Amino acid sequence: MVGKITEKSPIIFTKDVEYAYSNGTLALKGINLSVFKGELIAIMGKNGAGKTTLIRTFNGLIKPSKGEVLINGKNTRLKSIAELSKNVGIIFQNPMHQLFSNTIEEEIKFSLKNLDLNEEEIQNRTNIILKTFNLDKYRKRSPLNLSGGETKKLAIASIFCRNSDILVFDEPTLGQDSREIAFFTNLVKEELDKGKTIVIVTHNIEFAMENVPRTILMADGRIIADGPTRSVLNKEFLTEKSSLVLPQLYQFNSELLKVGIKCPDDVNSRNKMKSFIENYLKNKINIIPGENY
Amino acid sequence: MDLINFNNFSYRYKGNEEYALNNITLNIQENKFILLAGETGSGKTSLIRCMNGLIPQFYAGFYKGSVEIAGRDTVKASIADLSTIVGIVFQNPENQLVAMTVENEIAFGMENLGISRDEMIKRMDESVKLMEIEHLLHKAPFELSGGEQQRVALASILVLEPKILILDEPTALLDPYMAKKILNLLKAIQDERDITIIISEHRMDLILPLVNEIILMKDGYVIGYDTKDKIINGEKFKNLKINHPIIYSIFNDLSINKTFRGNIPSSIPEAINYLKDLK
Repeated sequence: MVGKITEKSPIIFTKDVEYAYSNGTLALKGINLSVFKGELIAIMGKNGAGKTTLIRTFNGLIKPSKGEVLINGKNTRLKSIAELSKNVGIIFQNPMHQLFSNTIEEEIKFSLKNLDLNEEEIQNRTNIILKTFNLDKYRKRSPLNLSGGETKKLAIASIFCRNSDILVFDEPTLGQDSREIAFFTNLVKEELDKGKTIVIVTHNIEFAMENVPRTILMADGRIIADGPTRSVLNKEFLTEKSSLVLPQLYQFNSELLKVGIKCPDDVNSRNKMKSFIENYLKNKINIIPGENY
Repeated sequence: MDLINFNNFSYRYKGNEEYALNNITLNIQENKFILLAGETGSGKTSLIRCMNGLIPQFYAGFYKGSVEIAGRDTVKASIADLSTIVGIVFQNPENQLVAMTVENEIAFGMENLGISRDEMIKRMDESVKLMEIEHLLHKAPFELSGGEQQRVALASILVLEPKILILDEPTALLDPYMAKKILNLLKAIQDERDITIIISEHRMDLILPLVNEIILMKDGYVIGYDTKDKIINGEKFKNLKINHPIIYSIFNDLSINKTFRGNIPSSIPEAINYLKDLK
Protein backbone atom coordinates (compact mmCIF):
# COMPACT_ATOMS: atom_id res chain seq x y z
CA MET A 1 0.00 0.00 0.00
CA VAL A 2 1.55 3.30 -1.02
CA GLY A 3 -0.36 6.54 -1.10
CA LYS A 4 0.28 9.50 -3.34
CA ILE A 5 3.35 11.38 -2.24
CA THR A 6 2.79 14.80 -3.74
CA GLU A 7 4.63 17.47 -1.80
CA LYS A 8 8.32 17.96 -1.36
CA SER A 9 8.33 19.29 2.20
CA PRO A 10 7.59 16.76 4.95
CA ILE A 11 4.25 16.85 6.77
CA ILE A 12 5.99 15.56 9.92
CA PHE A 13 9.52 16.80 10.48
CA THR A 14 11.60 16.36 13.61
CA LYS A 15 15.03 17.86 14.07
CA ASP A 16 17.42 16.61 16.78
CA VAL A 17 14.52 15.94 19.12
CA GLU A 18 15.42 15.11 22.68
CA TYR A 19 13.03 14.45 25.53
CA ALA A 20 13.96 14.08 29.18
CA TYR A 21 11.67 12.78 31.91
CA SER A 22 11.50 14.81 35.13
CA ASN A 23 14.13 12.50 36.68
CA GLY A 24 16.56 13.35 33.89
CA THR A 25 16.32 10.06 31.97
CA LEU A 26 16.43 10.67 28.22
CA ALA A 27 13.54 8.97 26.42
CA LEU A 28 14.45 10.44 23.03
CA LYS A 29 18.08 11.07 22.09
CA GLY A 30 18.25 13.13 18.92
CA ILE A 31 15.45 12.00 16.61
CA ASN A 32 15.61 13.16 13.00
CA LEU A 33 12.65 12.07 10.97
CA SER A 34 10.84 13.22 7.83
CA VAL A 35 7.46 11.81 6.88
CA PHE A 36 5.84 13.02 3.67
CA LYS A 37 2.18 13.58 2.90
CA GLY A 38 0.56 10.34 1.75
CA GLU A 39 3.14 8.07 3.35
CA LEU A 40 2.41 4.99 5.44
CA ILE A 41 5.15 4.19 7.95
CA ALA A 42 5.61 1.76 10.82
CA ILE A 43 7.60 2.50 13.97
CA MET A 44 8.90 -0.66 15.62
CA GLY A 45 11.20 -1.56 18.51
CA LYS A 46 11.47 -2.86 22.03
CA ASN A 47 9.20 -1.85 24.95
CA GLY A 48 10.67 1.37 26.30
CA ALA A 49 12.53 2.27 23.09
CA GLY A 50 10.73 5.63 22.91
CA LYS A 51 8.09 4.86 20.27
CA THR A 52 5.08 6.16 22.21
CA THR A 53 7.04 9.18 23.47
CA LEU A 54 7.94 10.07 19.89
CA ILE A 55 4.36 9.99 18.61
CA ARG A 56 3.24 12.11 21.56
CA THR A 57 5.45 14.90 20.25
CA PHE A 58 3.40 14.94 17.02
CA ASN A 59 0.29 16.49 18.60
CA GLY A 60 2.11 18.50 21.23
CA LEU A 61 1.20 16.26 24.19
CA ILE A 62 4.94 16.30 24.72
CA LYS A 63 7.09 19.30 23.82
CA PRO A 64 10.70 18.31 23.11
CA SER A 65 13.32 19.29 25.72
CA LYS A 66 15.64 20.07 22.79
CA GLY A 67 15.10 20.23 19.04
CA GLU A 68 11.96 20.96 17.05
CA VAL A 69 8.91 19.13 15.76
CA LEU A 70 7.18 20.66 12.73
CA ILE A 71 3.73 19.51 11.67
CA ASN A 72 2.71 20.89 8.27
CA GLY A 73 5.67 23.24 8.61
CA LYS A 74 4.38 24.65 11.93
CA ASN A 75 6.40 24.36 15.12
CA THR A 76 4.49 22.40 17.81
CA ARG A 77 5.85 24.74 20.50
CA LEU A 78 3.76 27.56 19.06
CA LYS A 79 0.50 25.62 18.83
CA SER A 80 -1.99 24.41 21.42
CA ILE A 81 -2.79 20.70 21.74
CA ALA A 82 -6.37 21.51 20.71
CA GLU A 83 -5.18 23.07 17.44
CA LEU A 84 -2.66 20.33 16.73
CA SER A 85 -5.14 17.55 17.40
CA LYS A 86 -7.23 18.80 14.47
CA ASN A 87 -4.27 17.92 12.23
CA VAL A 88 -3.00 14.89 14.09
CA GLY A 89 -5.30 12.16 15.45
CA ILE A 90 -3.59 9.75 17.81
CA ILE A 91 -5.22 6.46 18.76
CA PHE A 92 -3.52 5.20 21.90
CA GLN A 93 -2.60 1.68 22.88
CA ASN A 94 -5.02 1.30 25.75
CA PRO A 95 -8.49 2.23 24.46
CA MET A 96 -9.86 2.55 27.99
CA HIS A 97 -7.73 5.65 28.51
CA GLN A 98 -9.62 7.56 25.87
CA LEU A 99 -13.20 6.36 26.40
CA PHE A 100 -15.38 7.92 29.06
CA SER A 101 -18.93 8.53 27.78
CA ASN A 102 -22.05 6.65 28.86
CA THR A 103 -22.88 5.26 25.46
CA ILE A 104 -21.00 4.48 22.29
CA GLU A 105 -22.99 7.06 20.36
CA GLU A 106 -22.12 9.81 22.86
CA GLU A 107 -18.46 8.83 22.68
CA ILE A 108 -18.37 9.63 18.95
CA LYS A 109 -20.47 12.79 19.35
CA PHE A 110 -18.17 14.08 22.07
CA SER A 111 -15.21 13.62 19.80
CA LEU A 112 -16.88 15.73 17.11
CA LYS A 113 -17.93 18.53 19.47
CA ASN A 114 -15.04 20.95 19.12
CA LEU A 115 -14.85 20.77 15.34
CA ASP A 116 -17.30 23.65 14.62
CA LEU A 117 -20.05 21.38 13.31
CA ASN A 118 -23.77 21.93 13.91
CA GLU A 119 -26.00 19.36 15.66
CA GLU A 120 -27.26 17.88 12.42
CA GLU A 121 -23.78 17.42 10.95
CA ILE A 122 -22.61 15.84 14.20
CA GLN A 123 -25.52 13.36 14.14
CA ASN A 124 -24.95 12.56 10.46
CA ARG A 125 -21.25 11.96 10.86
CA THR A 126 -21.86 9.87 13.96
CA ASN A 127 -24.32 7.68 12.05
CA ILE A 128 -21.89 7.17 9.18
CA ILE A 129 -18.98 6.31 11.48
CA LEU A 130 -21.02 3.85 13.55
CA LYS A 131 -22.09 2.12 10.36
CA THR A 132 -18.60 2.05 8.85
CA PHE A 133 -17.21 0.48 12.02
CA ASN A 134 -20.13 -1.90 12.40
CA LEU A 135 -20.84 -0.52 15.86
CA ASP A 136 -24.38 0.53 14.94
CA LYS A 137 -25.97 -2.32 16.86
CA TYR A 138 -24.20 -1.26 20.08
CA ARG A 139 -25.16 2.44 19.75
CA LYS A 140 -26.78 2.69 23.22
CA ARG A 141 -24.37 0.37 24.97
CA SER A 142 -21.77 1.54 27.48
CA PRO A 143 -18.17 1.44 26.20
CA LEU A 144 -17.42 -0.65 29.30
CA ASN A 145 -19.73 -3.36 28.02
CA LEU A 146 -17.76 -4.19 24.87
CA SER A 147 -15.21 -6.92 24.32
CA GLY A 148 -11.52 -6.01 24.22
CA GLY A 149 -11.39 -6.06 20.42
CA GLU A 150 -14.56 -4.00 20.02
CA THR A 151 -13.34 -1.40 22.52
CA LYS A 152 -10.25 -0.98 20.39
CA LYS A 153 -12.45 -0.47 17.36
CA LEU A 154 -14.50 2.20 19.16
CA ALA A 155 -11.33 4.04 20.19
CA ILE A 156 -10.24 4.06 16.54
CA ALA A 157 -13.70 5.27 15.42
CA SER A 158 -13.75 8.09 17.98
CA ILE A 159 -10.55 9.61 16.57
CA PHE A 160 -11.19 8.60 13.00
CA CYS A 161 -14.44 10.60 12.79
CA ARG A 162 -12.45 13.82 13.20
CA ASN A 163 -10.99 13.43 9.73
CA SER A 164 -7.48 14.68 10.56
CA ASP A 165 -4.72 14.76 7.92
CA ILE A 166 -2.33 12.65 9.95
CA LEU A 167 -3.45 9.49 11.73
CA VAL A 168 -1.20 7.88 14.31
CA PHE A 169 -2.03 4.42 15.67
CA ASP A 170 -0.33 2.92 18.71
CA GLU A 171 -0.58 -0.89 18.42
CA PRO A 172 -3.81 -0.97 16.37
CA THR A 173 -3.80 -4.73 15.76
CA LEU A 174 -3.28 -5.64 19.39
CA GLY A 175 -5.90 -8.10 20.59
CA GLN A 176 -7.59 -8.07 17.20
CA ASP A 177 -8.60 -11.18 15.26
CA SER A 178 -7.88 -11.64 11.56
CA ARG A 179 -11.27 -10.27 10.52
CA GLU A 180 -10.62 -7.04 12.41
CA ILE A 181 -7.05 -6.79 11.17
CA ALA A 182 -8.41 -7.09 7.62
CA PHE A 183 -10.95 -4.35 8.42
CA PHE A 184 -8.18 -2.12 9.75
CA THR A 185 -5.90 -2.82 6.77
CA ASN A 186 -8.68 -1.82 4.42
CA LEU A 187 -9.40 1.34 6.41
CA VAL A 188 -5.76 2.37 6.16
CA LYS A 189 -5.82 1.73 2.43
CA GLU A 190 -8.89 3.93 1.93
CA GLU A 191 -7.41 6.75 3.99
CA LEU A 192 -4.17 6.60 2.01
CA ASP A 193 -6.20 6.89 -1.18
CA LYS A 194 -7.70 10.09 0.25
CA GLY A 195 -4.17 11.45 0.69
CA LYS A 196 -3.89 10.92 4.45
CA THR A 197 -0.55 10.31 6.15
CA ILE A 198 -0.45 7.31 8.48
CA VAL A 199 1.98 6.33 11.21
CA ILE A 200 1.59 2.95 12.92
CA VAL A 201 3.47 1.96 16.06
CA THR A 202 3.41 -1.82 16.14
CA HIS A 203 5.01 -5.03 17.34
CA ASN A 204 3.10 -6.91 14.67
CA ILE A 205 5.95 -7.77 12.36
CA GLU A 206 3.81 -9.87 9.99
CA PHE A 207 1.42 -6.95 9.55
CA ALA A 208 4.28 -4.58 8.75
CA MET A 209 5.84 -7.08 6.31
CA GLU A 210 2.64 -7.46 4.32
CA ASN A 211 1.28 -3.92 4.40
CA VAL A 212 3.73 -1.18 5.29
CA PRO A 213 6.31 0.07 2.75
CA ARG A 214 8.60 1.96 5.17
CA THR A 215 9.69 1.01 8.68
CA ILE A 216 11.56 2.94 11.34
CA LEU A 217 13.29 0.83 13.96
CA MET A 218 13.95 2.38 17.37
CA ALA A 219 16.17 1.27 20.24
CA ASP A 220 17.06 3.11 23.40
CA GLY A 221 15.64 6.49 22.33
CA ARG A 222 17.28 6.48 18.91
CA ILE A 223 16.35 5.54 15.36
CA ILE A 224 18.62 2.62 14.43
CA ALA A 225 17.18 1.88 10.99
CA ASP A 226 14.87 3.63 8.53
CA GLY A 227 14.02 2.20 5.12
CA PRO A 228 11.93 -0.27 3.13
CA THR A 229 10.21 -2.65 5.58
CA ARG A 230 11.47 -5.87 4.04
CA SER A 231 15.09 -4.70 4.21
CA VAL A 232 14.83 -3.22 7.70
CA LEU A 233 13.25 -6.36 9.15
CA ASN A 234 16.10 -8.64 8.19
CA LYS A 235 18.66 -10.33 10.38
CA GLU A 236 21.07 -7.45 10.54
CA PHE A 237 18.77 -5.28 12.65
CA LEU A 238 16.72 -7.91 14.40
CA THR A 239 19.04 -8.38 17.27
CA GLU A 240 18.15 -8.59 20.90
CA LYS A 241 18.63 -4.83 20.89
CA SER A 242 15.52 -4.17 18.84
CA SER A 243 13.80 -7.07 20.61
CA LEU A 244 11.93 -8.16 17.53
CA VAL A 245 11.87 -11.70 16.25
CA LEU A 246 12.37 -12.51 12.60
CA PRO A 247 9.17 -12.56 10.54
CA GLN A 248 7.77 -16.10 10.28
CA LEU A 249 8.62 -16.23 6.58
CA TYR A 250 12.28 -15.35 7.13
CA GLN A 251 12.51 -17.86 9.98
CA PHE A 252 11.00 -20.54 7.76
CA ASN A 253 13.37 -19.59 4.97
CA SER A 254 16.46 -20.00 7.14
CA GLU A 255 15.20 -23.27 8.68
CA LEU A 256 14.61 -24.62 5.18
CA LEU A 257 18.18 -23.78 4.27
CA LYS A 258 19.45 -25.73 7.29
CA VAL A 259 17.89 -28.92 5.93
CA GLY A 260 19.25 -28.21 2.47
CA ILE A 261 16.18 -26.69 0.84
CA LYS A 262 17.30 -23.51 -0.90
CA CYS A 263 14.53 -20.97 -1.15
CA PRO A 264 15.25 -17.82 -3.23
CA ASP A 265 15.78 -14.55 -1.31
CA ASP A 266 12.88 -12.81 -2.97
CA VAL A 267 10.41 -15.22 -1.38
CA ASN A 268 9.29 -12.55 1.08
CA SER A 269 5.52 -12.73 0.99
CA ARG A 270 3.01 -15.37 1.98
CA ASN A 271 1.94 -15.98 -1.61
CA LYS A 272 5.47 -16.37 -2.95
CA MET A 273 6.25 -18.87 -0.17
CA LYS A 274 3.08 -20.76 -0.98
CA SER A 275 4.09 -21.10 -4.66
CA PHE A 276 7.59 -22.14 -3.68
CA ILE A 277 6.33 -24.93 -1.37
CA GLU A 278 3.73 -25.94 -3.93
CA ASN A 279 6.40 -26.37 -6.63
CA TYR A 280 8.69 -28.12 -4.21
CA LEU A 281 5.99 -30.63 -3.27
CA LYS A 282 5.03 -31.21 -6.92
CA ASN A 283 8.66 -31.92 -7.88
CA LYS A 284 9.10 -34.32 -4.99
CA ILE A 285 5.99 -36.14 -6.05
CA ASN A 286 7.32 -36.47 -9.61
CA ILE A 287 10.67 -37.74 -8.43
CA ILE A 288 9.25 -40.36 -6.07
CA PRO A 289 6.27 -41.86 -7.95
CA GLY A 290 5.98 -44.74 -5.49
CA GLU A 291 4.91 -42.53 -2.57
CA ASN A 292 1.35 -42.56 -1.32
CA TYR A 293 -0.01 -39.61 -3.22
CA MET B 1 -12.95 -35.39 39.70
CA ASP B 2 -12.71 -32.74 37.00
CA LEU B 3 -10.63 -29.72 37.88
CA ILE B 4 -12.99 -27.38 36.06
CA ASN B 5 -16.56 -28.30 35.30
CA PHE B 6 -19.06 -26.16 33.35
CA ASN B 7 -22.50 -27.70 33.47
CA ASN B 8 -24.82 -26.26 30.80
CA PHE B 9 -23.87 -22.75 31.91
CA SER B 10 -25.36 -19.65 30.28
CA TYR B 11 -24.83 -16.02 31.21
CA ARG B 12 -25.87 -12.58 30.05
CA TYR B 13 -24.62 -9.25 31.37
CA LYS B 14 -27.19 -6.87 32.82
CA GLY B 15 -28.15 -4.36 30.12
CA ASN B 16 -27.26 -6.64 27.22
CA GLU B 17 -29.98 -8.54 25.42
CA GLU B 18 -27.94 -11.37 23.97
CA TYR B 19 -26.23 -14.01 26.07
CA ALA B 20 -22.43 -13.72 26.35
CA LEU B 21 -22.19 -17.46 27.11
CA ASN B 22 -24.59 -20.14 25.89
CA ASN B 23 -25.05 -23.67 27.24
CA ILE B 24 -21.39 -24.16 28.07
CA THR B 25 -20.48 -27.72 29.05
CA LEU B 26 -16.76 -28.30 29.61
CA ASN B 27 -14.75 -30.77 31.68
CA ILE B 28 -11.11 -29.85 32.11
CA GLN B 29 -8.52 -32.09 33.82
CA GLU B 30 -5.32 -31.44 35.75
CA ASN B 31 -1.95 -30.86 34.12
CA LYS B 32 -3.00 -29.43 30.75
CA PHE B 33 -1.78 -26.49 28.69
CA ILE B 34 -4.86 -25.23 26.88
CA LEU B 35 -5.32 -22.51 24.26
CA LEU B 36 -8.63 -20.65 24.40
CA ALA B 37 -9.22 -19.45 20.84
CA GLY B 38 -11.98 -17.51 19.14
CA GLU B 39 -12.73 -14.30 17.30
CA THR B 40 -12.97 -11.12 19.41
CA GLY B 41 -16.32 -10.87 21.14
CA SER B 42 -16.77 -14.66 21.05
CA GLY B 43 -16.93 -14.89 24.86
CA LYS B 44 -13.34 -15.79 25.84
CA THR B 45 -13.03 -13.16 28.56
CA SER B 46 -16.52 -13.94 29.90
CA LEU B 47 -15.64 -17.65 30.10
CA ILE B 48 -12.50 -16.77 32.05
CA ARG B 49 -14.48 -14.58 34.47
CA CYS B 50 -16.59 -17.63 35.37
CA MET B 51 -13.59 -19.55 36.61
CA ASN B 52 -13.01 -17.57 39.81
CA GLY B 53 -16.61 -16.59 40.45
CA LEU B 54 -16.37 -13.00 39.12
CA ILE B 55 -19.28 -14.16 36.97
CA PRO B 56 -21.87 -14.34 38.48
CA GLN B 57 -20.81 -12.91 41.85
CA PHE B 58 -19.21 -9.61 40.80
CA TYR B 59 -20.64 -8.80 37.36
CA ALA B 60 -24.37 -8.04 37.45
CA GLY B 61 -26.31 -10.33 35.14
CA PHE B 62 -28.37 -13.50 34.75
CA TYR B 63 -27.16 -17.09 34.72
CA LYS B 64 -28.38 -20.66 34.25
CA GLY B 65 -26.52 -23.89 34.97
CA SER B 66 -23.44 -24.21 37.20
CA VAL B 67 -19.63 -23.99 37.27
CA GLU B 68 -17.47 -26.01 39.66
CA ILE B 69 -13.79 -25.38 40.29
CA ALA B 70 -12.02 -28.23 42.11
CA GLY B 71 -15.43 -29.31 43.43
CA ARG B 72 -16.47 -25.83 44.64
CA ASP B 73 -19.63 -24.27 43.23
CA THR B 74 -18.60 -20.78 42.03
CA VAL B 75 -21.94 -19.31 43.08
CA LYS B 76 -21.53 -20.41 46.69
CA ALA B 77 -17.76 -20.39 47.29
CA SER B 78 -16.20 -17.03 48.16
CA ILE B 79 -14.05 -15.35 45.51
CA ALA B 80 -11.25 -15.24 48.12
CA ASP B 81 -11.44 -19.03 48.52
CA LEU B 82 -11.54 -19.59 44.76
CA SER B 83 -8.52 -17.39 44.24
CA THR B 84 -6.38 -19.78 46.28
CA ILE B 85 -7.02 -22.33 43.51
CA VAL B 86 -7.32 -20.14 40.42
CA GLY B 87 -4.95 -17.35 39.46
CA ILE B 88 -6.09 -15.05 36.68
CA VAL B 89 -4.07 -12.47 34.79
CA PHE B 90 -6.46 -10.18 32.94
CA GLN B 91 -6.10 -8.48 29.58
CA ASN B 92 -5.57 -5.04 31.07
CA PRO B 93 -2.95 -5.38 33.83
CA GLU B 94 -3.58 -1.87 35.15
CA ASN B 95 -6.90 -3.00 36.56
CA GLN B 96 -5.33 -5.56 38.84
CA LEU B 97 -2.40 -3.61 40.22
CA VAL B 98 -3.23 -1.89 43.51
CA ALA B 99 -0.10 -1.44 45.67
CA MET B 100 2.32 1.49 45.93
CA THR B 101 5.39 -0.49 44.90
CA VAL B 102 5.96 -3.54 42.74
CA GLU B 103 7.41 -5.37 45.74
CA ASN B 104 4.26 -4.73 47.80
CA GLU B 105 2.14 -5.67 44.83
CA ILE B 106 3.74 -9.09 44.59
CA ALA B 107 3.61 -9.61 48.37
CA PHE B 108 -0.03 -8.46 48.63
CA GLY B 109 -1.68 -11.71 47.56
CA MET B 110 0.67 -13.85 49.67
CA GLU B 111 0.06 -11.70 52.77
CA ASN B 112 -3.65 -12.30 52.40
CA LEU B 113 -3.09 -16.03 52.26
CA GLY B 114 -1.03 -15.99 55.46
CA ILE B 115 2.13 -17.39 53.89
CA SER B 116 5.21 -17.35 56.16
CA ARG B 117 7.80 -14.62 55.69
CA ASP B 118 10.59 -16.98 54.62
CA GLU B 119 8.36 -18.68 52.11
CA MET B 120 7.21 -15.28 50.80
CA ILE B 121 10.78 -14.16 50.21
CA LYS B 122 11.63 -17.42 48.46
CA ARG B 123 8.65 -17.25 46.12
CA MET B 124 9.13 -13.55 45.43
CA ASP B 125 12.80 -14.03 44.46
CA GLU B 126 11.91 -16.87 42.16
CA SER B 127 9.06 -15.13 40.31
CA VAL B 128 10.83 -11.80 40.06
CA LYS B 129 13.80 -13.51 38.47
CA LEU B 130 11.62 -15.47 36.06
CA MET B 131 9.80 -12.34 34.89
CA GLU B 132 13.02 -10.25 34.79
CA ILE B 133 11.62 -7.45 36.91
CA GLU B 134 14.33 -7.23 39.62
CA HIS B 135 15.03 -3.63 38.63
CA LEU B 136 11.39 -2.59 39.06
CA LEU B 137 10.76 -3.74 42.65
CA HIS B 138 10.79 -0.26 44.18
CA LYS B 139 8.88 1.49 41.43
CA ALA B 140 5.15 2.22 41.52
CA PRO B 141 3.11 -0.10 39.28
CA PHE B 142 1.37 2.87 37.61
CA GLU B 143 4.64 4.37 36.38
CA LEU B 144 5.59 1.21 34.49
CA SER B 145 5.06 0.60 30.78
CA GLY B 146 2.26 -1.73 29.70
CA GLY B 147 4.69 -4.56 29.07
CA GLU B 148 6.31 -4.15 32.48
CA GLN B 149 2.90 -4.04 34.19
CA GLN B 150 1.98 -7.24 32.43
CA ARG B 151 5.07 -9.00 33.81
CA VAL B 152 4.42 -7.65 37.32
CA ALA B 153 0.80 -8.89 37.17
CA LEU B 154 2.09 -12.31 36.10
CA ALA B 155 4.65 -12.44 38.92
CA SER B 156 2.03 -11.42 41.50
CA ILE B 157 -0.13 -14.38 40.46
CA LEU B 158 2.73 -16.89 40.08
CA VAL B 159 3.82 -16.43 43.71
CA LEU B 160 0.39 -17.70 44.82
CA GLU B 161 1.21 -21.04 43.14
CA PRO B 162 -2.35 -21.64 41.91
CA LYS B 163 -3.44 -25.08 40.64
CA ILE B 164 -5.12 -23.36 37.72
CA LEU B 165 -3.50 -20.42 35.97
CA ILE B 166 -5.61 -18.47 33.52
CA LEU B 167 -4.15 -15.81 31.26
CA ASP B 168 -6.18 -13.47 29.09
CA GLU B 169 -3.80 -12.31 26.35
CA PRO B 170 -0.85 -12.08 28.71
CA THR B 171 1.61 -10.93 26.05
CA ALA B 172 -0.57 -8.35 24.30
CA LEU B 173 1.57 -5.44 25.45
CA LEU B 174 4.95 -7.18 25.17
CA ASP B 175 7.40 -6.90 22.31
CA PRO B 176 7.76 -10.11 20.28
CA TYR B 177 11.05 -11.13 21.86
CA MET B 178 9.70 -10.86 25.41
CA ALA B 179 6.38 -12.44 24.39
CA LYS B 180 8.16 -15.52 23.09
CA LYS B 181 10.26 -15.73 26.21
CA ILE B 182 7.29 -15.44 28.59
CA LEU B 183 5.20 -18.01 26.72
CA ASN B 184 8.05 -20.52 26.77
CA LEU B 185 8.49 -19.81 30.45
CA LEU B 186 4.81 -20.52 31.13
CA LYS B 187 5.21 -23.85 29.38
CA ALA B 188 8.20 -24.66 31.59
CA ILE B 189 6.22 -23.70 34.73
CA GLN B 190 3.32 -25.88 33.61
CA ASP B 191 5.64 -28.86 33.08
CA GLU B 192 7.37 -28.36 36.40
CA ARG B 193 4.33 -27.77 38.61
CA ASP B 194 1.82 -30.02 36.80
CA ILE B 195 -0.75 -27.24 36.90
CA THR B 196 -3.43 -26.50 34.31
CA ILE B 197 -2.89 -23.36 32.26
CA ILE B 198 -5.62 -21.85 30.10
CA ILE B 199 -4.43 -19.08 27.85
CA SER B 200 -6.16 -16.78 25.42
CA GLU B 201 -3.54 -15.55 22.95
CA HIS B 202 -3.66 -13.93 19.53
CA ARG B 203 -0.07 -14.81 18.62
CA MET B 204 -0.94 -18.23 17.28
CA ASP B 205 2.51 -18.83 15.80
CA LEU B 206 4.09 -18.62 19.24
CA ILE B 207 1.46 -20.40 21.32
CA LEU B 208 0.43 -23.35 19.12
CA PRO B 209 3.70 -25.28 19.43
CA LEU B 210 3.34 -25.16 23.23
CA VAL B 211 -0.24 -26.22 23.98
CA ASN B 212 -1.71 -29.73 24.10
CA GLU B 213 -5.42 -28.90 23.93
CA ILE B 214 -7.58 -26.18 22.36
CA ILE B 215 -10.99 -24.76 23.33
CA LEU B 216 -12.70 -23.05 20.37
CA MET B 217 -15.35 -20.41 20.95
CA LYS B 218 -17.75 -18.65 18.59
CA ASP B 219 -20.67 -16.30 19.36
CA GLY B 220 -20.75 -17.29 23.04
CA TYR B 221 -20.68 -21.05 22.40
CA VAL B 222 -17.87 -23.53 22.93
CA ILE B 223 -17.79 -25.11 19.46
CA GLY B 224 -14.91 -27.48 20.10
CA TYR B 225 -12.65 -28.80 22.85
CA ASP B 226 -10.10 -31.46 21.98
CA THR B 227 -6.42 -32.22 21.51
CA LYS B 228 -4.44 -29.75 19.44
CA ASP B 229 -4.02 -32.11 16.49
CA LYS B 230 -7.72 -32.87 16.24
CA ILE B 231 -8.75 -29.21 16.51
CA ILE B 232 -6.26 -27.76 14.03
CA ASN B 233 -7.07 -30.36 11.41
CA GLY B 234 -10.79 -29.75 11.78
CA GLU B 235 -13.09 -27.51 9.74
CA LYS B 236 -14.08 -25.27 12.68
CA PHE B 237 -10.56 -24.06 13.37
CA LYS B 238 -10.03 -23.46 9.67
CA ASN B 239 -13.20 -21.37 9.33
CA LEU B 240 -12.69 -19.11 12.33
CA LYS B 241 -11.33 -15.66 11.52
CA ILE B 242 -8.44 -15.96 13.96
CA ASN B 243 -4.77 -15.20 13.29
CA HIS B 244 -3.72 -18.55 11.86
CA PRO B 245 0.08 -18.94 11.73
CA ILE B 246 1.46 -18.31 8.24
CA ILE B 247 2.77 -21.88 8.05
CA TYR B 248 -0.68 -23.25 8.83
CA SER B 249 -2.41 -21.05 6.27
CA ILE B 250 0.09 -21.94 3.52
CA PHE B 251 -0.26 -25.69 4.10
CA ASN B 252 -4.00 -25.36 4.52
CA ASP B 253 -4.25 -23.70 1.07
CA LEU B 254 -2.08 -26.47 -0.37
CA SER B 255 -4.28 -29.12 1.20
CA ILE B 256 -7.37 -27.50 -0.35
CA ASN B 257 -5.79 -27.65 -3.82
CA LYS B 258 -4.62 -31.23 -3.04
CA THR B 259 -0.88 -30.55 -3.41
CA PHE B 260 -0.56 -31.49 0.25
CA ARG B 261 -2.24 -34.30 2.20
CA GLY B 262 -2.04 -35.22 5.85
CA ASN B 263 -1.96 -33.34 9.14
CA ILE B 264 -1.50 -29.62 8.61
CA PRO B 265 1.68 -28.36 10.30
CA SER B 266 1.03 -25.39 12.61
CA SER B 267 4.62 -24.45 13.33
CA ILE B 268 7.91 -24.07 11.49
CA PRO B 269 9.59 -27.14 13.10
CA GLU B 270 6.62 -29.35 12.15
CA ALA B 271 6.71 -28.11 8.55
CA ILE B 272 10.48 -28.59 8.35
CA ASN B 273 10.17 -32.14 9.70
CA TYR B 274 7.61 -32.98 7.06
CA LEU B 275 9.58 -31.46 4.17
CA LYS B 276 12.86 -32.99 5.35
CA ASP B 277 11.36 -36.48 5.37
CA LEU B 278 10.27 -36.12 1.75
CA LYS B 279 13.87 -36.27 0.58
